[in-house]
Amino acid sequence: MFRISTEPLDPAALQRTLSDAHAGACVTFEGWVRDHNEGQPVVALDYEAYAPLAEKEGLRILAEARERFAIRGAVCVHRVGALKIGELAVWVGVTAAHRGAAFDACRYLIDEAKARVPIWKKEHYGDGATVWINCATRGDFAHQLKT
Amino acid sequence: MITVHIQYFAILREQRGLAHETLATHAATAAALYEELRDRYGFTLPRDRVRAAVNEEFVAWEAPLRDGQKVVFIPPVAGG
Repeated sequence: MFRISTEPLDPAALQRTLSDAHAGACVTFEGWVRDHNEGQPVVALDYEAYAPLAEKEGLRILAEARERFAIRGAVCVHRVGALKIGELAVWVGVTAAHRGAAFDACRYLIDEAKARVPIWKKEHYGDGATVWINCATRGDFAHQLKT
Repeated sequence: MITVHIQYFAILREQRGLAHETLATHAATAAALYEELRDRYGFTLPRDRVRAAVNEEFVAWEAPLRDGQKVVFIPPVAGG
């Protein structure tokens, strides 16, 4: 299951959806709203998604994980809306007979979701400024300098 | 001339000042439409940092646009 949620996420309830007598491992990942980014104090985040395409792309990523790793169940839910520091932004859970596949698939899911699913994050800073992450067009120059 | 329904997200929504609009265009491709909108509204993101979606699927920039389609331009994503 891949879902965009406007409501707070409930990890215990999500984990129960993965219950499986054949699974010997369950690996979960929680993405939390952090109070800083690249040296700047962050006071809040807004997430938004293009939900129909986000859910399609999310399902493609889950299907890829099932092909690549010997897993049994996989769930990813991403929150949207205005989030405070410490809130849960994304939850990923994977079950497998053995832990190796569960760890690998969980990492694959969160990495691919961050890179491909149409979800956007706007950071609010202590001084009132806001930035859409990855959308600053002058960032490219700094990146070139580092490489 | 075709009519397309455009939905805006994130930085593009803020720079446009609207979440969606229906407009008539001579643009034959998603690429041409993005360039037209970028000229008109001053979008800061160059096209090579954006992806196009039509009717809720990613498409190639050169895919032809048709009357009545739903078009979304996808700024760099940042989930997680």
